[in-house]
Amino acid sequence: MTSVIINRRNLLAAGGAVLAAGVSGLVVPARAQGLVPTPSMSGGSNNYRAGAPTVGRIGKGGFWMSGTVRRAGDGAPLAGQRIQIWAHTTEGREHDPQSHGATLTDKNGAFRLEMPQIIPVFGQPHGHLAYDSGEFKTVFLRPVMRSAKDTSLEAHFVLQPA
Amino acid sequence: MPIAAAAASPLLEWRDPVYILAGFAGIIALGLMLVQPLLIAGYLPGLSAYRGRRVHLWTGGALVVAVVIHVGGLWITSPPDMIDALLFSSPTPFSPWGVIAMWAIFAVAVFAALRRRLGVRPRTWRIAHTLLAIVIVVGSVVHGILIEGTMETVSKAVLCALVLAATIKVMTDLQVWRKRAKLREESIARR
Repeated sequence: MTSVIINRRNLLAAGGAVLAAGVSGLVVPARAQGLVPTPSMSGGSNNYRAGAPTVGRIGKGGFWMSGTVRRAGDGAPLAGQRIQIWAHTTEGREHDPQSHGATLTDKNGAFRLEMPQIIPVFGQPHGHLAYDSGEFKTVFLRPVMRSAKDTSLEAHFVLQPA
Repeated sequence: MPIAAAAASPLLEWRDPVYILAGFAGIIALGLMLVQPLLIAGYLPGLSAYRGRRVHLWTGGALVVAVVIHVGGLWITSPPDMIDALLFSSPTPFSPWGVIAMWAIFAVAVFAALRRRLGVRPRTWRIAHTLLAIVIVVGSVVHGILIEGTMETVSKAVLCALVLAATIKVMTDLQVWRKRAKLREESIARR
């Protein structure tokens, strides 16, 4: 027979777990149906250029954009997905062709592309990412950096079939 | 001062002349907003309240021009971002504040130009202008504070605080909400 000992520590831990479950339940209301697809962010597609070339690095680099691409529902990582990235950087404006580049996700659905340092433009230091290959619904993201001094930024995609 | 501080911003190195001009037009507009209430109250040395009122009209016009350059320059820099802002669909929290202040500035200018032709009573005009001025000042200050741009943080906060303080001081001193007849009686009684 297992005895349940309630002391202050595990009471706190249990309370924390309940709280965490409650909060995450609020954040992802459709949990029961699996992983929810990421909606496009407003302003995400601004200064988008279709068909940015796949590159090893944008410009001289120094800043890392990374993230993951997963399938809605079961959350399976999606390998070989093309993600386009652009931003206003030390080497060019958002709409300049040299500010745009694309990369592919690895077998774990992760991507990582080096690019020049992002600097604040239109009042916020932010980057742009797009999935637009057609197999899944197109998604545009516009993550904002916590600080303009950050040297990396993340964005995560959950895609649904087109 | 705030303009000098902004001119030293490292961000300028990576911006177009048009974008830089647009940003500075915004800073100048904020500066004009500090002068406007002081002019109307006659608090600026060398300018009586009467002369101040004449100049207030011209600086008001300059404010409209500065805002047009600000918005126009940003439109040229990145049309989709500016369209988002004007349609209130921008992801940036400061955009709607600026756009609301812009429309309030235009409204005051149009109202000021047409009020005699429309036969607007002075008291109605005064109250309308005061309410719109509050919208302009609050909108512009929140807009400025939330932006991460070329303005240096301390000089920006000081300028915003001064604009707010000048507006509150002048509005309370002039008792803009009171009936003009009452004020006139009081000034006659004081003589």
